Amino acid sequence: MADTAHAAPDGAPRRDFLKLVTGAFAAVGVGAIAWPFIASLQPAKDTLALATTDVDLAPIAEGQAVTVMWRGKPVFVRSRTPKEIQEARAVPTSALPDPATDQSRVQREQWLVLIGICTHLGCVPSGQRATDARGEYGGWFCPCHGSHYDTSGRIRKGPAPRNLDVPQYAFTSDTKIRIG
Amino acid sequence: MSIGLHNSEFKNPVVRWIDQRLPVFTMMQKEYGTFPTPKNFNYFWNFGALAMVTLMIMIATGVFLSMHYAAHTGLAFDSVERIMRDVNYGWLIRYVHMNGASMFFIVVYIHIFRGMYYGSYKAPRELLWILGVVIFLLMMATAFMGYVLPWGQMSFWGATVITNLFSAFPVVGNFIVELLWGGFSVDNPTLNRFFSLHYLLPFVILGVVFLHVAALHITGSNNPLGVEPKGPQDTLPFHPYYTAKDSVGLVVYFIVFAGLVFFVPNMLGHPDNYIPANPLVTPPHIVPEWYFLPYYAILRAVPDKLGGVLLMFGSILIWFVLPWLDRSPVRSMRFRPLARPFFLLWTVNFLVLLWVGAKPAEGVYVLIAQISTAYYFAYFLVVLPLLAKFERPLPLPESISRPVLGGGPLPMGAATKPMEKA
Amino acid sequence: MLRFSFKALALALGLFATAPAHAAGEAIPIPDRKFSFDGIFGTYDRASAQRGFQVYKEVCAACHGLRLVSYRNLRELGLTEAQVAAIAAQFEIKDGPNDEGQMFERPGRPADRFRSPFPNDAAARAANNGALPPDLSVMTKARAGGADYLFALLTGYVDPPPGVTVMDGMHYNKYFPGNQIAMGPVLNPDQVEYADGTKATIEQMAHDVSTFLQWAAEPELEKRRAMGVKVIIFLTILAGLTYAVKRKIWADVKH
Repeated sequence: MADTAHAAPDGAPRRDFLKLVTGAFAAVGVGAIAWPFIASLQPAKDTLALATTDVDLAPIAEGQAVTVMWRGKPVFVRSRTPKEIQEARAVPTSALPDPATDQSRVQREQWLVLIGICTHLGCVPSGQRATDARGEYGGWFCPCHGSHYDTSGRIRKGPAPRNLDVPQYAFTSDTKIRIG
Repeated sequence: MSIGLHNSEFKNPVVRWIDQRLPVFTMMQKEYGTFPTPKNFNYFWNFGALAMVTLMIMIATGVFLSMHYAAHTGLAFDSVERIMRDVNYGWLIRYVHMNGASMFFIVVYIHIFRGMYYGSYKAPRELLWILGVVIFLLMMATAFMGYVLPWGQMSFWGATVITNLFSAFPVVGNFIVELLWGGFSVDNPTLNRFFSLHYLLPFVILGVVFLHVAALHITGSNNPLGVEPKGPQDTLPFHPYYTAKDSVGLVVYFIVFAGLVFFVPNMLGHPDNYIPANPLVTPPHIVPEWYFLPYYAILRAVPDKLGGVLLMFGSILIWFVLPWLDRSPVRSMRFRPLARPFFLLWTVNFLVLLWVGAKPAEGVYVLIAQISTAYYFAYFLVVLPLLAKFERPLPLPESISRPVLGGGPLPMGAATKPMEKA
Repeated sequence: MLRFSFKALALALGLFATAPAHAAGEAIPIPDRKFSFDGIFGTYDRASAQRGFQVYKEVCAACHGLRLVSYRNLRELGLTEAQVAAIAAQFEIKDGPNDEGQMFERPGRPADRFRSPFPNDAAARAANNGALPPDLSVMTKARAGGADYLFALLTGYVDPPPGVTVMDGMHYNKYFPGNQIAMGPVLNPDQVEYADGTKATIEQMAHDVSTFLQWAAEPELEKRRAMGVKVIIFLTILAGLTYAVKRKIWADVKH
């Protein structure tokens, strides 16, 4: 369709203009056709609508952690012990590869909520169960390429570039959070 | 020229570099640029290009639909409705695909009937025609299996009835049917394999289309006069003349297509296919999609199971031997005073079959179907062979340029600039 | 030359014209009801559709599901987020399994699909003397006549003509194929109380619920038609331009 635009010799100027306009029109049309196809690959409306998850914190004892699914990804919810909180806050931010205070990463100091995906290449770090390897800093340890996270989910050692991400969440009551 | 490198005429260094190693640009230039094409095409010669574009549209929309579709009896219906409701522009892609099937058949029917009217199947284009019939058969199989995928009532019962056709064959019938089903009725295995084949066959069609076009570019196109081009004065380079003309047809075609998709997307479908499949309840009238109705009418015109099935398959298979049934040396029916009305009657008869295929198989409809079926076959088996012997064709023009210029001497400069490269 | 394109068009139209014949089905003529969404430029009357939702919720939903529609979709009818959340919360949705491996019920959320009144078809039949109340999600697409048919059916309950015996548990309806329908005349005057003060006649309720169900079956209809108008205008201009280019290119060819 568009190839009518660059054609035949013997160029009366009006024909060239006409061809140019037609070619441009056809190009716009082809572009417009591409959009619905691309849009169809984006998350569908039902997928977007399911983008929140409620978590009941009551059954999680101090020192324990649970993993919940949110948008198809694991989310770590950890009830930290006073010792773990103290450890996380004692570190000067200047000593961190990705500086962030512990305060900036939690809404209530006992509850740490993280997306459980290593920021290196997307593995799920271990450390949710007390028996798991938690790495040198007592948080999480990614077995794929050896990244160590501390009790605030910050990267301390290994190839991962960033701290574990904190999802959007809100306390809907003292013992409930809604992620997303 | 170094050994092994193609002697490219392109100036652009990148194009030239590629073209020397893989002469795709030379090929495109030869087959779609300078390709000498009869200068007297009418708009019926658009329909090959339209069919090609429709195939592309069907493959593109189909690939994207398959990303959201679930080929499982428990999920298929709802997954299609999820496409319609939740997937971004899913309704558009699905309606284009659904109506695209109908548009594809309209285009291909016109393409076939054009070939019949202008004798495009005659020597030396027999193989070109046969490849076309193969494409049509593959299209029918693809369309049938695609219609099963939404797993509505018509999907299910259409699949049941059509697969049961094969049980008419003696001895091997039941074996074939179970082979199609993967079980003892149309069920999940059937749906799964139909989905697999529905995805595969369009690419087979694409392959045969490639052969179809390759064969076309050996013999060259037929034309409305049915007289082979005698020289450069009778042809034009494909580009820009026919790219421009095909573009006009294409845009007009898109307008019709868009009207269907955006304003009456379900007009050509059957409401029963929005009822989820139920193996316990048969709908009161099972009808196939409209493009299968003529064959369905032929099937039902015969009171014998095997006879009906054979006649139905025969109604398409007979197209394969059309080049040898019609031995008249004259191609275009413009110059065949008897064949012309018989063929026009045949197309009307085809539409009658289409109409009667949607009617209940009772009363006067059976008689109409039988008469129409008889004429459908008589045209090929009696009319054409006899006409080849007894018809006196009108005088043929000497060449394509000749009648245009009122029988004057052959003008050497008639084809002004076109052929400098051919 | 044009002659041939007309012929092609005529042939194409011929195919079109014969095709819908098979959609006609049974020979009971369905009267044409004027709806806001009729025609090429029609849109959904939001107020009517909202009233129709009320009718569905208070009358139809006792037996008929709407399993392909989500509560969140009601936003498209003009309900606010809070209204939708409140409506969803009225329904107990089955979820689970929980940590003990048990299924449990929780209040609905906007993302949930409409809860069906019966857990499965067998339960639906058992509760309805063996008749299965169909899901209404795509009902207007699944019946010849669409919304016109729904309206006709809901207002089509009359006394059987003399000589016709209605079977036990069945009801006589002018527009139902075969005339005997298991669903009784469920709409009665003032059965629902419309918030906007519209008088709830049988006809009004049938009209509203038909509008609602048409929306439920084709929620994309307005967007589709609006886009269609733009596409056709665009293509018409492009057709003119392409034809002009073709004429120019062919100008020096004698044929």
